[in-house]
This record gives sequence, C-alpha cells and structure tokens, in this order.
Amino acid sequence: MTARDFAWIRPEPWGLHIVPADCWVDPARAVDRALVTHGHADHARGGHGQTFATPETLAIMKLRYATSHGAVPVAYGETIALPGNVRATWIPAGHVLGSAQILLEHTGERVVVTGDFKRRPDPTCAPFEVTPCDVLITEATFGLPVFRHPPVEHEIARLTRALAVHPDRCVLVGAYALGKAQRLIAELRRAGHDRTIWLHGAIAPMCQLYEDFGIALGSLALVSQAPSREAMAGEVVIAPPSALADRWSRRLPEPITAMASGWMRVRQRARQRGVELPLILSDHADWDELTRTVTEVAPRETWITHGREEAMLRWCELNQKKARALALVGYEDENEEA
Amino acid sequence: MERFAALLDALVYTRSRNAKLEQLAAYLRETPDPDRGWALAALTDGIAVPAVKASTVRNLMRERVDPELWTLSRDYVGDSAETASLLWPEPATSAETPAPPPSVCEAVETLFAMTRANVMSELPRLLDRLDAEGRYALLKLATGAMRIGISARLAKTAFAQAFGVALEDVEEHWHGQTPPYTALFDWAARGAPAPDTGDLPLFRPFMLAHPLEAETLDLADYAAEWKWDGIRVQTVRAPGESGRGETRLYSRSGDDISASFPEIVAALDIEAVLDGELLVRGSHQGGDEGGAASFNALQQRLGRKTVSKAMRRDFPAFVRLYDILQLEGEDLRALPWTQRRARLEALIPRLDPDHFDLSALIAAPDFAALAALRETARDAAIEGVMLKARTSPYLAGRKTGLWYKWKRDPLRIDCVLMYAQRGSGKRSSFYSDFTFGCWDGDPDAGAELLPVGKAYFGFTDEELKWLDRHVRSHTVNRFGPVRETDRSLVLEVAFDSVHQSRRHKSGLAMRFPRISRIRADKPAHEADRIAALRALVRD
Repeated sequence: MTARDFAWIRPEPWGLHIVPADCWVDPARAVDRALVTHGHADHARGGHGQTFATPETLAIMKLRYATSHGAVPVAYGETIALPGNVRATWIPAGHVLGSAQILLEHTGERVVVTGDFKRRPDPTCAPFEVTPCDVLITEATFGLPVFRHPPVEHEIARLTRALAVHPDRCVLVGAYALGKAQRLIAELRRAGHDRTIWLHGAIAPMCQLYEDFGIALGSLALVSQAPSREAMAGEVVIAPPSALADRWSRRLPEPITAMASGWMRVRQRARQRGVELPLILSDHADWDELTRTVTEVAPRETWITHGREEAMLRWCELNQKKARALALVGYEDENEEA
Repeated sequence: MERFAALLDALVYTRSRNAKLEQLAAYLRETPDPDRGWALAALTDGIAVPAVKASTVRNLMRERVDPELWTLSRDYVGDSAETASLLWPEPATSAETPAPPPSVCEAVETLFAMTRANVMSELPRLLDRLDAEGRYALLKLATGAMRIGISARLAKTAFAQAFGVALEDVEEHWHGQTPPYTALFDWAARGAPAPDTGDLPLFRPFMLAHPLEAETLDLADYAAEWKWDGIRVQTVRAPGESGRGETRLYSRSGDDISASFPEIVAALDIEAVLDGELLVRGSHQGGDEGGAASFNALQQRLGRKTVSKAMRRDFPAFVRLYDILQLEGEDLRALPWTQRRARLEALIPRLDPDHFDLSALIAAPDFAALAALRETARDAAIEGVMLKARTSPYLAGRKTGLWYKWKRDPLRIDCVLMYAQRGSGKRSSFYSDFTFGCWDGDPDAGAELLPVGKAYFGFTDEELKWLDRHVRSHTVNRFGPVRETDRSLVLEVAFDSVHQSRRHKSGLAMRFPRISRIRADKPAHEADRIAALRALVRD
C-alpha cells in the first residue's frame, strides 16, 4: 500500500502552495503564478506575475484593478499543464459568475479546491459539479448546523410582500456588489418583478459586466438619477451593505432596510446591523450542502478552510470521515459577501 | 401560528415604536379569537406553561443533536430557543400528509395539557408541525421569555389603535380580564357591552395634566396645589371576589405595586378609588411642613417583591391624596372638582393618618402671588405647582384646559460633548444620543472632563442635522455604534434637578436632561465645572 501524504500541495498561511509547479491557489499576497477560483477580493488579489482564471473572473479582476497584466484565461472544463507535471482543471462552483473549483492532478493523485461554492440553482452562474477526488479542500463559511438557508423563492416573496404592504416606502437591500446583487436582481425578475431596480453607484459597473456576459438583469438605473425622492416609493434599491446606515440612504423615502446574507439566519446578527427585513440569501453552501458535498464527493480526506472548521470536523468525526482543518489567513470570515 | 411567528419576527426587527404599534394593531385586527388574545397574553405578561422549562428544550435537543454540535451552535447563536428552532431536524417526509401547523390557541391548549411525564414526547409532535420561525415562536411562547420590548402600555395602545377605541377605555376594561380576553375583543371589535367588572379592585385610568403655557390664569377658575415629587398612585378598595374586601395599589401605568407597599394596602378599609402621590416621610420637600422625603428615598422602596421591616421603618411610605374617583360604590368622576374635593376632605378624618394625608391647596389671592410662591419652590425642593379647573370632571388622559402642571424653570449648565451614538428608526443614520461632561477642575491646569449625563432630545431637526455633521467631522475614536468626539463643542443642557449618584464617576445624576442650546460660539474650556453642578444638588 502506498502511503499518500499529498506533500506536493502544502497549506501555507497565505494560500495553498502547489510545490512542484511553484504556483498558488487564491494567494493572499502577490506571487509569480496564481490560480484564482473567483473574483471576490479576498480570493482574487492583484499584482501576480501570471493569473490563471476563467474569462469571467479575469474580467471582474480587470474591472477592479484596471489591468489585465499576466491574465491567462481558462474555460470551464479546460485542463492546463503546469510545470512539475501538475495538471489543473477549472470546474463550475456555483458561487458567482465565473467561479470555479480547481482540480489539481499530480502523480495520479487528485485534489479539488472548491473555493467558495453553493449547491442551489443560481440564474447568474453555472451550477456546481461534483468531482471525485482524493482530497477535497472545502470552504466552511456556514459550517454550523444552525445554518440552513431557506428556499430563495421564500426570501424573494418576503421582499415583494414588504413592498406591497408599504407602497409609500422603498426597500433598500444591502447586497455585496459582486454576485449577491446580480443574483438578487435575477431572482426578482424570475419572480415577475419587472419594474426598474435602482442601484447605488458602487453596484452598477458589476451589473454591466454581468450583462456583457449575457446575464439579463432587466431595467436598472442609478439612484443618483432618480427624478425625486417620491419616485422611489414602492421600489427596490440595492446598495453595498456599508451604505445602509450611511448618509447616502437619506435621499430615499423612509427605506425599509433589508440585508441579503446568510448571516441573517441569526436574529441577533440581523439586529446588530439594524436590519428591519433580513433576507437569508447566501452564495455559500449551508450546513446541509456542505455535508452533502463531502458525502457525494467521497474523498479520502477532507481539508476544511476559512469558516467554522470545528463543527465540520466534528461532523466528519461522527461520520468516520478523515478530515483536518487548514489555518489559512486572509479570507474574510464574517464578510459581507456571504 | 405562522402569522404569530411572522409578527414576532417583525417586532424583533422593528425599532420604531409607531411601526411596532402598526404591526401589532394589524395582527389584532386580522386574527380571529381566541388566537389574538393568547398572542397578546404571550407578548405582554407571558403565558406560564408549567411542563416546559428552559432545561426541557436542552434535554430535547440532547436526544437529537450531538452535544458538541449543540454547544458550538448555542454559543454562536446566543439563545437556546432560537438555536433549537434552527437545529430541529425536519421530520422525514412520509406518504401521509403532515399535520398542518397548529393555531396559537391549539398550541397553547396543547402546551397547557402537557405534563412533566409526557412533555418529552408531546412537545416534539408540535415542533414537527412548524417551520423554523414557527418553532422559534412556539419555544419562546412556551418558555415565557419573549423579551422583544412590548410593554403592557404599548400593547394597550395597539389594541386601541386596532379597533378605534379610546386608550383610556381599554385601560379601564383591560383590568380584571384574563387571556384570551374574549370579552375585551367582543367589546372593542364587535361593539358588545364592556366586560362587567362589578366588584373587583380594578385600576381606572388617571387624569393627566398639560404643561402650563399661558401667561396667567384666573385663580377664581383654577385651584392650585403643590406638585409633589413621588410617584402617582391609585389606591383601590372593592369587595373583590371574596366579597370581604380587597385593596390594590396601582402605578400610573396601571402596574399593580401592592406587594411593594403592604402597609398602604393594609391601611385602607373603606371602599374607594383614590388618586394621590406616593411619598416617603421626611422633610426634604417643603421642609417639616411638607413632610416628604426626596424622590431618591422613595426609590429605595420601588420595585421590591418583598419588603423588610427595616425598609418600612427607614422609608415609611404614605399617599398624599389629590382626588377621589369612587366612594362606597358611587362613581364621582363626573362631578366637578370642587364637589369631589369636598367629598375627599370629608373622607380624610376616616382614613389612617399614618398612611394617607391630603394635598393642601395653596392659598394665593391671585396669579402673581402664586408665581411668587412658586419661585420659592426650588429652595423648598418642590417640583412645581398644579392648577386644576374648579369645574373639571375627572377624565381619563390629558384633556386640554382642565389640569395644568407648572413646573419650576429648568436648571441649565454648559457641558462639553464627549460621545455620540446613532439613534434608531428614523434616526438610524443620525448621531442623536449625546453624552456630555463637565470639567473636574481648571481645564487650563490639566483638568479632565467627566461625563455627567446623556440626552437625546431638546433639539430641532435642523439642529440634529448640524450635530450629526459635527460628530462625523470631529470623531477621534469609534466603539461600535458610538463615536468619541474631539471634545470641542459646548452644549447648554437643561434639566429639572441633579442628585448624588454612586453609579456615575462624576457622582452626580441629572433628572430629565435635554439639549437646550448648541453653544458653538463658546470655547470648550469655558464650559462649567463639576463643582458648579454639584452646587445645584438639593438632596
């Protein structure tokens, strides 16, 4: 029996180092060669010599960092050969537009890095694909059994009901500019809400990018171009979470403050943010999705990163699955994009 | 149950009082009996379910969830009922249609029927019929710990708003009713006669006063009394259920405070409803003649479930009577004040003098003379003067033109803004709660500012915008929702009185502080010192 210790892939504090290829997955600092899973700032930092990622992720990074220096596009399903006899394949992760898991192969061993992922359908991105492997390196942002996200239709209905009950107010939703905002818009459209949706200036460029990649978002406009405060009554307004309690919101007619995030599952968290209408809408896997994924992928080992490793480790132990926690830094734990 | 669960969540997330009222009123209007009555009881007093304890929930979960996962989850969520509601395993979908969610009434009746012996099997059957929000509502209801900031007063106001009835009538009829309050809903929603409360010692809503704004009043039309600084109470004696007589003492909000003042309750043996001020014997207010200790002394007696002999000896309480509403079955409220006063004066000799006395009228020939007497009120540590129309019936609530309170002018002091906190509701984007301080010595010789109070009103909307801008551009530190400012702005603070307090570092506590003026013109080092504030203490 061959002892497998997967020594060719090494977790370092600032990212996963693929030793024979001398490249890094989602490194938290500038490196020569980076493999990037998706465009959120805590995973896709700028300044690398070469950046391998999906075309969508590279476009998002270009929008952020205003440069595409060293960008190497890799399509979903495409395999690239890296030095040291390492092969890497990008596979949809279902998190945001362009998000990928990265399958790494070396000397017959297969390691899948999920990046951030979810299992629920999302009209703005390709769905997660289960990929058999020896080691599954999974995120665990919502790795506590209390996190069980309700169906998205349920949360959208709560939003539209609030609009109907308060026709003289608007609903101001705090949503992360990349991913959450566009998914919220797409889900509202799917639920039949075809009115113009009003955006904070920080949300608009990313919506345009989604549109450029063929994700239809319907009629959008900037709040700064609204004809009057009254015109916003009965409408949906989307802004980054940081703008919710800011002076910016004073231009809106008595906004009902909402927040779209998986953290809204816990009442105290929602109250701390001063949210009136918490929408439990997450782009991360909930507890059931995380455990289901480990079960379906059935790896020899599960490595758990950024999130609540303890409960996931305990679950693996209870279910006789080999697991370990990786202490990677740089990924925001209680971040707003969740 | 779903509608109740949604209401509960809406109330949890709503900070504005008006929005809470609207949500509660809509629920009461739209929900059928007896669900709405049980919900109301759960939200206000709580429903005591003997079989369900906080430990019941923990034990239930221990049977279903790994203890380590439970602990990790509970620590994160911070509330056992909420953690359990989220962790509860969804029942396996079977061929048979699952039982629909219970109504609030069914849930309450099922909970009441549970025993220690069967709670571990019966409670899960209820939980299995609910979603996460419903389970949360059920567990909160069963364990009697809502803690969502619904006072009895707010609930009654919502009830009045829901059915377009007067709050005073709600307060009067509410007393003596028990959940699910069907008679109360029949009266308010369906126009049935008000519940017959016959012989019970029930609370009647107080008549309240407006602040005096007129320059002068004709004392031929208005009688004057001192405004004593205690708490307004109603002492009620009625035959009661036993028919042998029961006495209750109620605070202004209608809370039964009989248990804290057993000597008052024991002292009344005449069937009557009396309005007065609860005070402690002393000479602080109005000297020996006034005979009342400071409000601080009374505070030692408030909020106690049991009262020691020493407490009763050191802080002897009594009621100074202002008015009489009922006497031996006769309702006097419609009579003019002069006639009620005569009845009250005639009653006094029949009352226990240790525990009841009469609020004296102020003998002043005209308004100018009264104003002069009022000027001396601060030295006598009296709060101010009450003026009552001699023709006034006793009406619930605040009615214009009948009763006035004429408080002495406020004290004022210049303080320095130290911290500001964001408000809630409409003010959630504004820094609107201000903490201010005074110098503990000479500011030019290294003295420091010590906080002396906190105020969140007194300013106009325009001034609030100005203050908010000031806070944002003069922040030196942030602590969550609180900002520390650079201590450059002087605020003139008005307040009714100042007292010794061990709770504050400055050793002083103000009553009713409010921002009276923004003194952007005044340099911070010219603000007042603690010593100046201490000199105003009249304890």
